[in-house]
Amino acid sequence: MSILINRDTRVMTQGMTGKTGLFHTRNCLDYANGKSAFVAGVTPRKGGQVVDGIPVYDTVAEAKEQTGATVSVIYVPPPFAAAAIDEAVEAGLDLVICITEGIPVKDMIQTRNKMAGSKTILVGPNCPGVITPEEIKIGIMPGYIHKKGSIGVVSRSGTLTYEVVDQLTKLGLGQSTCVGIGGDPVNGTKHVDVIRWFNDDPETEAIVMCGEIGGTDEEDCGRWIKENATKPVAAFIAGVTAPPGKRMGHAGAIIAGGKGTAAEKISVLRECGVQVTENPAGIGDLVVEMLRS
Amino acid sequence: MKVHEYQAKEILRKYGVVTPRNVVCWNSDEVPDALAQLGGSVWVVKAQIHAGGRGKGGGVRVVQSEQDAVQAAREIMQRPLVTPQTGPRGQPVRRLLVEEGIPIQSEIYAGLVVDRTTQRVVLMVSPEGGMEIEEVAAETPEKIHKTFINPEVGLTDADAESAARFCGVPEELAGSAATLLNSLYLAFWDCDASLAEINPLVVTEDGRVIALDAKMTFDDSASYRNPEFSEFRDLDEESPEEIEASDAGLSYISLDGNIGCLVNGAGLAMATMDIIKLYGEEPANFLDVGGGATTEQVIAAFKIMLGNDRISAVLVNIFGGIMRCDVIAEGLVSAFSQIELKVPVVVRLEGTNVERGKQILSDSGLTLILADTMDDAARKVVQAVRGE
Repeated sequence: MSILINRDTRVMTQGMTGKTGLFHTRNCLDYANGKSAFVAGVTPRKGGQVVDGIPVYDTVAEAKEQTGATVSVIYVPPPFAAAAIDEAVEAGLDLVICITEGIPVKDMIQTRNKMAGSKTILVGPNCPGVITPEEIKIGIMPGYIHKKGSIGVVSRSGTLTYEVVDQLTKLGLGQSTCVGIGGDPVNGTKHVDVIRWFNDDPETEAIVMCGEIGGTDEEDCGRWIKENATKPVAAFIAGVTAPPGKRMGHAGAIIAGGKGTAAEKISVLRECGVQVTENPAGIGDLVVEMLRS
Repeated sequence: MKVHEYQAKEILRKYGVVTPRNVVCWNSDEVPDALAQLGGSVWVVKAQIHAGGRGKGGGVRVVQSEQDAVQAAREIMQRPLVTPQTGPRGQPVRRLLVEEGIPIQSEIYAGLVVDRTTQRVVLMVSPEGGMEIEEVAAETPEKIHKTFINPEVGLTDADAESAARFCGVPEELAGSAATLLNSLYLAFWDCDASLAEINPLVVTEDGRVIALDAKMTFDDSASYRNPEFSEFRDLDEESPEEIEASDAGLSYISLDGNIGCLVNGAGLAMATMDIIKLYGEEPANFLDVGGGATTEQVIAAFKIMLGNDRISAVLVNIFGGIMRCDVIAEGLVSAFSQIELKVPVVVRLEGTNVERGKQILSDSGLTLILADTMDDAARKVVQAVRGE
C-alpha cells in the first residue's frame, strides 16, 4: 500500500511538450511502472501530436476522457500554471501535482478559493512531486535513491527530502510514499493532510516530516498528531540559523513578525510528542531508534 | 521587493488613498524649496530607508522653521540611521521626504497581508495606531480586528465600515475611512503586494482621514506583470553581495559567521547552515545555487563568498538529483581552476554517478577536502576552521 499514488495510477503531464515537462516525463516513464502509468500529455494547441509514444491533447478534459487518467502533473511556466491547476480541477481529476516554482501568490489565492468544495487534491506548487517507490514516480526527484518500504516521508523542500530518503535507504529503511508539499506560502496539501493519510495507511509504520521556517503548518500538524496519530513521527525543522525577515530561497520560508521560527516549531512539536532532531544528518538514525523502542 | 515610503504613497495615491502633500529631497540644500512648495508652518522631515522603526532612531523630525528643517535634514543624513530593524551598523540615508504637518486627532493602524492559514488576504485594523502591530498582537490581541477577504468579492463596504468603527473613527467619518481602506485593498490586490500597511492612519482635527505613513512590499514572483515597479528598486538598500548574487541567479543571504556555504536547494541550504551551528561554528551565509549548480553559478558564488573577509572555510554540499554528480564535479573543477581558493574547501557530493564525481574531484589536483556524508562534511569543515 501507499498513499495518493500507486502502480495503477494513470497520469497526464500538463506542459508535456515544453523542455522541462518532456525531460521529467521521460525520467518518470523510465521509473518502475512509468510506461503504463503515463498515458497522456496536455498542451493547448498541440493536440494530436504523439511524443515518445504518448498522445498529446489540447485540454485536460479531453485527455481524461480519452485515456482515463485521473492524475495530472504540471510543468507549465509560472504565468500560466495557476490556470493549468484550475483546468485540472474543473475537469474533476483526483490529484494534481504542481511542480512549477514562482507562481504569483495572488494567482494561488484565487485558485485555492475556486477549489473550495472540490474533490481534487492539490500537491504543491513549487514541489518535487510524489513517489511511491518501485511503483510510480510523479515529479522531478531522483528515483533510484528510493526503496520500497514502510516509512512515510513528507517535506516542504526538494534536495533536503532527497537527503533524508538517502539516509533512510542506506539504513535499509524503505519508504511507503514520499510527498513533497512544496515551499510556497499558499499551497494545496499541508503537512497535516499527508500525516493523516499516512496514519490511515496500513503499510506505513512510521512517518518523517521535514518542515522549515515560515507559517504555522508544522505547529498545526503537531497538534493533530498529539490528538490522533497512532504511528511514531520523526521531524526535522530547517532554519534554526535563519535570520528574521529574510526569505530563505523558498517563497514561504520567512520569519515574519516574529512568527514562524524553527525554535517555536520544534518546541510545539516536542510538546505534541513528535521526536525532533536538530541534526539534519541524523534523521535516518532517529527513525531507526524510534522503530526500536 | 520593498519600496520606500514615498514610493508606496505615490502608488497608493493612484488608488485614491489620501496622503499628506510631500516633496522628496536628495540633500538638505533642497529642503527650503520643498518647504516653500508645501507652505504652512509645520513640517515633518522623514528619512527614507526600507527598515522600520525610523521614528525611534531619530529619523522622523517635526520642524517649525526653515532653519530647523535644514538642520534636521543634515543630522538625519549625516550618519547611518540605526533603528530596531537596521542592526547596529545602521542604514545610510540618501533620500528624505518632507511633508506638510497634519493636525492629528486620533491614530489607527491598517494593514493587509496574505494569511497563510485561510489563504486569503487579511485586513487588520487596530485603534492602537503608531505602535508595532506585532506588539499589539502579543500584548492586546483583542485590539486587532481582522477581515478575511474573499478574492472573488473583494473588501465589501460593510466590512470596511465595521473595521473603521472598530477603530473608533467618528461616525461621520466612517464612510471616508472605509473608502480609504477600500483603496488600500485595491492597491494591494492590483499591484501583487505582499504587504500594504498604513501606520498610522490618522483622523485629523478638521475631519479628514489621511495615510500619514505607508509601507508596501511586492511579490517577486509577480514582477513580470508589474514591470513599472522595477524603477522603485533602490540598490543602496541591498548589500553589494546580494545584488551580485541576484544578478547571477543565486539566492544569497549574508550572515555573521565564518563558514561559507554553497548548497543546491533552499531546504538543504538551511539544513547545512543549521548543522554547522550544531557542530559549534557559525555559517557565513545562505546560498542556494538551484538544482543545476552550473560552472558560472559556482564561480559567481565563490567570488561572492570569498569577498567576505570573515570567511575561513567553505562547505560545498550538493545533492545531485536529476543532475549527475560527474557533471557537477566537472563544473566545480572548472570553477575552482578559475578562482584562487585561499581558504579550505570541503566538498560533499551525493547522488547520481557520485563515484565518478568524486573521482573527477580527486583527480583534479585541487586541494579539496572531500567528504562522504553531510555529517562528515560538517565535521571536516569545523575542524578546518579550528585548524585541527
